[in-house]
Amino acid sequence: MADRIKQLANHMAATAELWQSVPLAPPDSIFKLTAAYKEDTFEKKINLGVGAYRDDNNKPWILPVVKEATRILLSDETLDHEYLPITGLPEFTVGAAKLILSPNSPAITEERVASVQTISGTGANHLGALFLSKFYQWGTNQKKVYVSNPTWANHHAIFKNVGIEPVDYPYYDPKTIGLDFAGFIGTLKAAPERSVFLLHACAHNPTGVDPTQEQWTTIAETMLEKKHYAFIDCAYQGFASGDLDKDAWAVRFFVEKGVTMLVCQSFAKNAGLYGERVGALHVVSPNKETSAKVKSQLSVLSRSEISNPPTHGARIVSMILNDPSMFEAWKRDIQTMAGRIIDMRKELFRLLTEELHTPGNWDHIVNQIGMFSFTGISPAQSKALIDEAHVYLTGNGRISMAGLNTKNIRYFAESLDAVVRKY
Amino acid sequence: MLAASFTRRSAGVGAGVLRSLSTWSAVPAGPPDAILGVTEAFKADKDPRKINLGVGAYRDDQGKPYVLDCVKKAESILEASKPDKEYLPITGHAEFTKNAVKLAYGADSTPLKAGISSTQSISGTGALRIGAAFLARHYPHSKVVYLPSPSWGNHVPIFRDSGFEVRNYTYFDPTTLGLNFEGLKADLLTKAPENSVVLLHACAHNPTGVDPTPEQWAEISDICKERKLFPFFDMAYQGFASGSTSRDAFAVRHFVSQGHQIALCQSFAKNMGLYGERVGAFSLVTADPEEKARVDSQLKIIIRPMYSNPPVHGARIANTILANEDLYTQWEGEVKGMADRIITMREKLHNILTHDLKTPGDWGHIKSQIGMFSFTGLKKAQTVALADKAHVYMTADGRISMAGLNASNIAYFAESVDGAVKGTL
Repeated sequence: MADRIKQLANHMAATAELWQSVPLAPPDSIFKLTAAYKEDTFEKKINLGVGAYRDDNNKPWILPVVKEATRILLSDETLDHEYLPITGLPEFTVGAAKLILSPNSPAITEERVASVQTISGTGANHLGALFLSKFYQWGTNQKKVYVSNPTWANHHAIFKNVGIEPVDYPYYDPKTIGLDFAGFIGTLKAAPERSVFLLHACAHNPTGVDPTQEQWTTIAETMLEKKHYAFIDCAYQGFASGDLDKDAWAVRFFVEKGVTMLVCQSFAKNAGLYGERVGALHVVSPNKETSAKVKSQLSVLSRSEISNPPTHGARIVSMILNDPSMFEAWKRDIQTMAGRIIDMRKELFRLLTEELHTPGNWDHIVNQIGMFSFTGISPAQSKALIDEAHVYLTGNGRISMAGLNTKNIRYFAESLDAVVRKY
Repeated sequence: MLAASFTRRSAGVGAGVLRSLSTWSAVPAGPPDAILGVTEAFKADKDPRKINLGVGAYRDDQGKPYVLDCVKKAESILEASKPDKEYLPITGHAEFTKNAVKLAYGADSTPLKAGISSTQSISGTGALRIGAAFLARHYPHSKVVYLPSPSWGNHVPIFRDSGFEVRNYTYFDPTTLGLNFEGLKADLLTKAPENSVVLLHACAHNPTGVDPTPEQWAEISDICKERKLFPFFDMAYQGFASGSTSRDAFAVRHFVSQGHQIALCQSFAKNMGLYGERVGAFSLVTADPEEKARVDSQLKIIIRPMYSNPPVHGARIANTILANEDLYTQWEGEVKGMADRIITMREKLHNILTHDLKTPGDWGHIKSQIGMFSFTGLKKAQTVALADKAHVYMTADGRISMAGLNASNIAYFAESVDGAVKGTL
């Protein structure tokens, strides 16, 4: 008994000191929003915080082509669960590179692309940032990356985590609810040579505001002039316009022009594979020998963090990319998703401008592209939407178009109209 | 205007490419991975007698990867339930993590009630990485970790890249091919500064196969208390070593019962054969629910900027097994089956070397070592000769994966080892 008490006392003493200084970290803000939505009992509540596609019944949507691929995988008796190579499933990474860069890209035919399978887009961003932090020739410059103001919140954490300081470049203009192109170019020109700039390939998150092709051309020219490095994040290929090639235009243009660059690729949204964590990092080098060295170093970095990436999702995507009829089916599924979102944009615009005559210019609803839209409303108006209308969105006025459907869009439009008039 | 600017751009392209030559031109070629590189060499070999004893993946008696029957069943059940593919929370599939922790700590473990902070991880490697990152950030007393000598090669970069200084404690005795327990104790008592982090292989030590006895574990636990050493457990083979999941968890459970606040990394790669699905868990024993909440929140801060949330597929399979009584029982049987086959191979190899071939040396360690790996005692030169002349592949430290041996190749392997030792290959 005495021993047992001593044991317990020791246990308490041992546990008392160890983690007492660990501070409570703030919860993810999107998580808080989702939690609040879940608790809300209001019948007409709408969740426009979610960055995941929903169908017209507000349900997660498994792409039919993904269902088919999964069925085939499950019935294949020869499949096992063995480790993938460190850099991932080769059929997947090769197919993924072709998808974003185009099969005829000189970078691919000249074997200048080092591709690594990653834990979706986050993993690609992290590995790319880590690679840069270790191997980019920063010179006397402090390690920093220019990111759009605003950008996906996790970009800041990803770069800080590997010792690279994120610095804003002007991007969103609240006055026009569009692109601050002059500010953007101005920063590109003013930044020290060989700076690293993070660019969104298409469907900018969170604003939905993308440069035009003409603007992309100027951006590329300026980056070449200043010898800047393009860190391109592509999480929505196909999802923006509905066309895979159209959404890849900027990336392919940059490769063609010889901008030094890497691309982070996610199949979370365009293949609806969110939780399977399917992604890739493609680093473009000037020649084959350098590319091989780059790949070897990416491999070393990945080995000490995850050893090798998960098989299941990569197998699904590999099948889709490499089977012509499945590829066509996938394109149709992408058009279904992108099409529904574009329909919601058009309908919201119609309701606001033709039926409700909501004060303000709402062109941006149809001009912006992709899953998200910066409505242009103020934090106070956003808060009112949550508190009074039970419509959940982030404080910056960003809505996920995927959360809208034919059943709730009228209620949303009316709620938006109300807060715009009242506040 | 457009034509002129195009010409300017073209001139820029050439110059741009030249300038870009400097961006990665200084990147040196990374070294090939020591362990996974063995498989590459094996694949390139065309000899029909070739044997791959490199990577630690289980093979059945036909030398084939083994998909557990309970895994197949779980996959069917899972598919029939029409699961979505939504994001998991940052710390993963909650039910899976809870069941994984229960499996390791035991259902009646005291800290399970008070609070074990846990998260799903990218298999064992991911768990180690999260743990190392967490300790580097929040363990106030030391940034030094002691690894057993030798240890799994990947431990070094995992800890170093997380900000730890890596040192070693005596472990393997090359003369006995067993545990140098006196050396181990001396190092932990006198060499390691107080409060150092100590990495312990919970069972089936990789690469040697040499495990402490329960009595020795108790002594190690006492020393850790005396020196305030932080026990960081890596358990990649629960069930796989002895065939019993509870027996293999002895060290972990003993330390916990003694009041140590341990860190634990778990992998389901081997014991469920889920290798490539990357199923694992990381956990920390905390004092109470309030502390657990704080630690949980900081684990999320570490994970989110690395990969946001873990893969769902493998975790669902594992949880389907752990949560279903019948599947769980079947799983325990299949794990025992794998462990038993390996033990059989150990006995056979020992017999052939000792009695049939009378190969010089004492081969008792083949039987006394446990788990997937065996430190044969072969020297690097001998392993090179085995690869080049006999087409038998293992890592340069003489480690073999027993799982790569089977009824068809064990005689050839034994003869090759015999030749290597005698120098007659």
